[in-house]
This record gives sequence, structure tokens and C-alpha cells, in this order.
Amino acid sequence: MSDPHLDGNALAGPLRDVFAVDVTAATSRCASCGQVGAVAALHVYASAPGLVARCPGCEEVVLRMVRTPDAAWLDLRGAVSLRIPM
Amino acid sequence: MARAAIPGRLTWRVGKLAEARAETPTARTLVLDVPGWPGHLAGQHVDVRLTAEDGYSTQRSYSIASSADGERVELTIQAVPDGEVSPYLVQTFSPGDPVELRGPVGGWFVWRTSGMDPVLLIAGGSGIVPLMAMIRARRAAGSRVPFRLIYSVRTPDDVYYADELRRRVRDDAGLDVTFVYTRAVPDGWPHPPRRVGVADVNTNGWPPALTPDCYVCGPTAFVETVADILVALGHDPRRVRTERFGPTGG
Repeated sequence: MSDPHLDGNALAGPLRDVFAVDVTAATSRCASCGQVGAVAALHVYASAPGLVARCPGCEEVVLRMVRTPDAAWLDLRGAVSLRIPM
Repeated sequence: MARAAIPGRLTWRVGKLAEARAETPTARTLVLDVPGWPGHLAGQHVDVRLTAEDGYSTQRSYSIASSADGERVELTIQAVPDGEVSPYLVQTFSPGDPVELRGPVGGWFVWRTSGMDPVLLIAGGSGIVPLMAMIRARRAAGSRVPFRLIYSVRTPDDVYYADELRRRVRDDAGLDVTFVYTRAVPDGWPHPPRRVGVADVNTNGWPPALTPDCYVCGPTAFVETVADILVALGHDPRRVRTERFGPTGG
């Protein structure tokens, strides 16, 4: 398949390693285009080192997550905010 | 919410295969007993980890096929040719064998039995698995929410849960199932093989005015096409939930 992306549902396990709540049900706002949507709806590319989640509107990177043997790196610079249902 | 079902940190649990059922020549349902399983919502998935004797370990994510039923969890797995995990789980994994599971995870692509709006499920191939969990959860909860399933498969032999779907259409009031065959059709089928199109979704789905909750699951290209059709037909994008099954390395 030419376009092998998955979606933010695939982040559920890796993010639950770090957070006490399910972040895939949270709503994120893209820092690049302002689009608002569920983290689960982001386009996720898993073939990179780690997981790269891109905005479905503008394809800019919203979130990146990389696991090393002793740490998890989470880069959220592409998200203005996360609204987490409580 | 997933967090209600799984408080605290996610841990690996060891499940054992209780029984297995062939769904198609290349797919099998694994019935697992998982001590300490906290229960799950329809649509959630699990991470499965296999570790070889030399310590090499690899994991995959699979949707749960069953509705919540104590410590029992069912997964339906398609053998991916040359895959690292799925051929083992489909062909070799035997009753009594252990496997590590972590979950349930995912709180967005879920249907809750408290839902009141009509539901439209659109499956492409093995994307039926989490949608079948929703159909089963509806039945288990005695929900009367009207459900429609549009199930796209290559050929009649590729249908998962064929007997159960036939039975449920007969017995579960308010459940309709429509098949779309993309490569070969059954004898007497009214049209040649084709992909899901606007007419299929328009005719066999719900009108947008009924504000249905739509769940689309399948390969990435299928999901994008169907989600675009739903939005073009006037469905609120916020009510169209999608889950893509990609090339996960099998």
C-alpha cells in the first residue's frame, strides 16, 4: 500500500504506558493549522523510529513518541492543547 | 471510559488459549482465559506479546472480538503471509499455550451500551472484528438501538462469523447486515463484484438526519474512502469514528 499510515488508535497502548488515562480519547488542537479532533483520529506513521502522529488536516507533526530501554520521549510541540475528558 | 475499566498502570497478563475456531482458511478466533482481566468496552484492543526462548520479544495490537464476559477474551486473527506473529497465532498456537496480553486500550473507537443513537458499522475485511464486538455487546446488554452493518469482503469464503451473523440477523431485532463483495459474489447475486460506493452507504446506512454514530474499520484506503463518503452524504464528521488496520508487520 502506498500510504501506510495507521491512526491514533494505535497510540493507545504506548500512551497508556505513560499516562493514567486514555489519551486517544482526548481532543487535540493542531499548532500548525488549528484543526481540532480526537487524538485517535491523527494519522500515525509507525515505520519511523517510534511513532509519529500527524494532523489529518495539514499533515504536520502533532505528536511523537519514542521508547528507549529506560525512558519514553514524548514530543507534543505540534499540539496547542489536549482536552482530556475527566 | 477505558480508565474506569483499568485503573492504574497497564500491566502484562498471561492468558491461556482455551479453544480456537476457524473463521476462514486464513483466520482463526482465539478464545483466551486471562486471569485478572478487568473487562472491556466493545471496540477496544489489546497488545499481544510473544517472547522466544532466546528472549527475543515482539508485540502486535489486535481488536477484541467478544463482548465483555468475565475473564474470557476472544481475538480473531488473520494470518499475514510472512508475518512474524500472526502465522504462529493462527496455525501453531494450541490450547493450553500461554500468551502475554496488555489491555484493554483505546477509549475512542468504542460503542457504549448506554448509547441511544442509531449505529452504522462499516467493515472492510478483518475490520469486522471490533464491529462484531459491538454487535455482540448490543445483544448482551439487551440494547434496542438499531444497528446496521455494511460488510465489505473479497469473496463469500472470506466472511468472518458467517453463521453467527446469519443467526443474529434472524434473532437480534433491529440488526441489519448488508454484504458488499469486491472479488467474487455468491451465485445469484444481483450485480458483479464491486467496492463500497456512495449508493451502498446511502441505501444501506442511515440518513444523516437520524444522527447515527458511524464506525468504520478496515485497511487505510478503505477507511479513507468510506469516511469521505459519509461526510459527503452529510454525516457530522464528529460522529464518524475510524480505525485503520495497516500493515503492522503481521
